[in-house]
Amino acid sequence: MSTLNSLFFLCRRDVLIAFRHRQQALNPLLFFVLVCLLFPLGIGASADLLKAIAPGTIWIAALLAVLMSLDSLFRTDFEDGSLELMILENQSLTLLVATRVFAHWLMTVLPLLLLAPIMAVALGLSSNVLIILLTSLLLGTPVLSFVGAIAAALIIVIPHNGMLLALLVLPLYVPALIFGTSAVNNAALGISPEGPLYILAALLVLSLTLSPPAIAAALRTGVSQ
Amino acid sequence: MMIEAKNLSCIRSHKQLFSELSFSLDSGQLLLVEGENGSGKSTLLRILAGLRRPDEGELFWNKKPLVSALSDYSKQMTWVSHRNGIKESLTGRENLHAHAALSQIDARNIDEALRETGLKAHSNRLVQQYSAGMKRRLSLSRLLIKRAKLWILDEPQASLDKEGIALFERIASDHLLQNGMIIMSSHHDVQLGKHSVVKLNLQS
Amino acid sequence: MMQWFHRMASPAWFYRFSGKLIPFLILTFTPLLIIGLYGGLVTAPSDYQQGDAFRIIYVHVPAAWMSLFIYIVMAVYAVITLIWRIKLAEILLISSAPVGVGFTILALATGSLWGKPMWGTWWSWDARLTSELLLLFLYLGVIGLYRAIEEKRTASRFVSILVLVGTVNIPIIHYSVEWWNTLHQGSTITLTEKPSMHIDMLIPLLMMAIAFKVFYGISLLIQARAELVEREFNSRWVRELVEENSDG
Repeated sequence: MSTLNSLFFLCRRDVLIAFRHRQQALNPLLFFVLVCLLFPLGIGASADLLKAIAPGTIWIAALLAVLMSLDSLFRTDFEDGSLELMILENQSLTLLVATRVFAHWLMTVLPLLLLAPIMAVALGLSSNVLIILLTSLLLGTPVLSFVGAIAAALIIVIPHNGMLLALLVLPLYVPALIFGTSAVNNAALGISPEGPLYILAALLVLSLTLSPPAIAAALRTGVSQ
Repeated sequence: MMIEAKNLSCIRSHKQLFSELSFSLDSGQLLLVEGENGSGKSTLLRILAGLRRPDEGELFWNKKPLVSALSDYSKQMTWVSHRNGIKESLTGRENLHAHAALSQIDARNIDEALRETGLKAHSNRLVQQYSAGMKRRLSLSRLLIKRAKLWILDEPQASLDKEGIALFERIASDHLLQNGMIIMSSHHDVQLGKHSVVKLNLQS
Repeated sequence: MMQWFHRMASPAWFYRFSGKLIPFLILTFTPLLIIGLYGGLVTAPSDYQQGDAFRIIYVHVPAAWMSLFIYIVMAVYAVITLIWRIKLAEILLISSAPVGVGFTILALATGSLWGKPMWGTWWSWDARLTSELLLLFLYLGVIGLYRAIEEKRTASRFVSILVLVGTVNIPIIHYSVEWWNTLHQGSTITLTEKPSMHIDMLIPLLMMAIAFKVFYGISLLIQARAELVEREFNSRWVRELVEENSDG
């Protein structure tokens, strides 16, 4: 069996597991909607104001939802011992880890993209901007998953670590947030959103290539304790 | 096939767990690591499995330093820790298939392994419905799928009932007969009759 | 034998050597600081635009430089820790973090003090200050992670990975914050953007920068010695040290 084959099998396994825990996979979605809801409640529902903050609101809600879902990414693997086995396989841990993060993105983050346009319309974003919003999220949320996964791997040996995870992750999320929202803002103002989108794509390439080795190194360290 | 340890020592949280530990193990032999809780049994086994580096000393696999023979070693070794390495929300069979795919080994042995460990009838149930003993059996059936030369087992008999222990002893004995090697820790006595058992006592 | 030397002898040697080095460093630091401050606060001509308020740059700018410099030094220790597993590098890495926090806070505080007369507000979302604030969180993350893990050698490896990830991210974060800043407000006067600086202004600034570097050395050594003794309290050299001290 080739490496590609086993990566595919790993991805299928994770998708199957996520599917059997549909209820849990729903939680990030509910969280996302709730955070989007809090902004108008906290700031006021004036249409102009909401329209102005809509891109930022959706991006921040998506970012927090990804953050919330990260803690369980490697923790169950660590606790049930399957991480040890993964490390001992005669395969590149970097590739295995990248596959797992991708499967996680597919099952927990991608559904957010289906909800995002609905929330965007509810916040008063005009419909011609939606496609840019979706593009920015499609390019940006994998960055959030891959960068966040590094932190999730770093805190694997620490129980009750939600706050620490946020402290480690949020500063690293700043670039994706800035370029994601400014792409949407540009589009809303009628300026070309291409610049920020290109930079987001560059960030995506960077995080896809650089974070799996870092995640693998952190997981090895965690297991060697 | 042989594994050899030279002057291993390990320090954990300011505590010297063991030092100057040397032994070697040949085909057909079993190394039984004994010692009280906290004496470093698990840590030693994790070092031997390649999950952790010794603070001092070196390991050799077929006369080559382990660090340079890792790829060959991982093909020839199966590790069963006290954590089972099983996904609760998959069935027993799905678990073994996922494992076979990850290790790039043939899935043909899966049925036979399930039969031998007595899990055949339960193989399509989710593991979360298994008892602790059944989970342990499922974990041990990995040994029968991969058929590696060297088995490293951390407390393999834990949470097994009498029948399970007998099953384990049968599997282990067969493995040794076929010139396999086993390194294991145990609280129990291991009844393996005529096989050559090397004992290693870690004093705390 | 070599390894034993590496692990056991070198911390003991470092402890004794650093103990002798610290007084010398203090002797260098004090005059540098006094001359630098005197030059900056008294002899340097006041700025034609900002008057005397600009003088805070003699603390602000070197502190901001140091906050970045220390993170880069930590990245070097992180590489050494990950590749060669040298205990001393682990200790120097984690001992640098609190000093880095100190300089970052100093840079933030002086930046905000300077902002009051210049912008009329204590905090303006200036690109440099915002990046500096994010840097502070990167430092705090390093410390938080280290504190949370009991086994300190493992903790050091985790922290090393985090520091390297941070090092890759710092330029990206800085660049993105700058982009964001130009997007949302016209660039105001920033502290360090002086087209040309008078030589009388520059010399005290450089002296302050060197003084701060020496100060980093002093506090790093003090921190590292404490960390070293704490980690090695079971080893022979620490026990010998305790006996020596209780004798004299």
